[in-house]
Amino acid sequence: MAKVIGAVEINHERCKGCDLCVVACPTDVLSLQPKEVNNRGYHYAYTANPEKCIGCASCALVCPDACIEVYRVVEK
Amino acid sequence: MKPEDIKRSENKVYCKPELLNDTPMHYCPGCSHGVVHKLVSEVIKEMGAEHIAIGVAPVGCAVFAYSYIDIDWIEAAHGRAPAVATGAKRLNPSRLVFTYQGDGDLAAIGTAETIHAANRGENIAIIFINNAIYGMTGGQMAPTTLEGQVTATTPYGRRVDLNGYPLKISNLLAQLPGTCYVTRQAVHTPASVRKAKAAIRKAFENSLAGHGTSVVEIVSTCNSGWKMSPAKSNEWMVEHMFPEYPLGDLKNDTER
Ligand SMILES: Cc1ncc(C[n+]2csc(CCOP(=O)(O)OP(=O)(O)O)c2C)c(N)n1
Ligand code: SF4
Ligand code: SF4
Ligand code: SF4
Ligand SMILES: [Mg+2]
Repeated sequence: MAKVIGAVEINHERCKGCDLCVVACPTDVLSLQPKEVNNRGYHYAYTANPEKCIGCASCALVCPDACIEVYRVVEK
Repeated sequence: MKPEDIKRSENKVYCKPELLNDTPMHYCPGCSHGVVHKLVSEVIKEMGAEHIAIGVAPVGCAVFAYSYIDIDWIEAAHGRAPAVATGAKRLNPSRLVFTYQGDGDLAAIGTAETIHAANRGENIAIIFINNAIYGMTGGQMAPTTLEGQVTATTPYGRRVDLNGYPLKISNLLAQLPGTCYVTRQAVHTPASVRKAKAAIRKAFENSLAGHGTSVVEIVSTCNSGWKMSPAKSNEWMVEHMFPEYPLGDLKNDTER
């Protein structure tokens, strides 16, 4: 059966750590950095579980700061 | 497959809209304004209208919209965006002209301009960000503030005996013969973001087709003014804003 796999690229410096992408992701890919901050002091989002990504773009659609690029492939 | 192999341009399904430039937006983390800025940028690009679009920016948190979306903009005085848009559209009838306004701008100080532009049936689109508060100035009560809602100027909650009722201005606008399309949307979930985008597209097409005034209200959050996290604000919006401001089309009359 064809399997959809995805990957996201997050612009860490644009991210404001709002957490909306983390809440929107259906497969728990994303998390906010617990300690690390970006240049503007935000605990930015990162892919804690990248292998779980299905490329659905839910995170990117709700991100107010357009930080997330989404890629998707169908593996036969 | 490794993430590096997936992240190839041919597999890209979503990225920052082209018309949204690299200037970091000044909005608070999680603010709905950012999501709507993305949608406006995407729709204009998809319509191929980047050279004919004129946005009219408000006073309110979106005052710097012109810094982020690379199209022509005019900055209006507080509440006057529909009057400015009227002039822009009448002088340039082939342009796509839209305003982008908050609820304080559109439904308080600008009520007259909003209602009269819509009543004249100006061929403009109005993007209306209703977060039930004056975000920019520190979270004061707006006409749209809910009954019981705590704001800086209603510390014990809005009282209708003192402050009147939440103003459903989109419902008023839908009554006017000059409006062709009035809809209420939100941007808190992926599905709602897609629907809001389609609504903005329809409103912009109406401006170009000369069908009359279109209004896209986006029921939004102002997590700073509401003093909640962005995720909690979305929950609060669903629970408290949606019953007062239900989503859906109030008018869709573009076949005139
Ligand atoms: C003539 C005038 N009166 C008052 C103000 C102060 N003021 C600035 S923004 C604003 C309200 C903004 O609220 P809203 O339109 O809802 O936008 P938001 O920030 O919530 O997006 C007010 C009253 C002003 N700038 N000019
Ligand atoms: S694309 Fe979908 S699965 Fe992947 S991180 Fe975003 S929300 Fe999660
Ligand atoms: S939604 Fe965007 S800004 Fe918010 S945490 Fe996620 S990537 Fe950062
Ligand atoms: S004050 Fe409210 S409306 Fe203004 S940027 Fe912050 S969250 Fe957004
Ligand atoms: Mg407001």
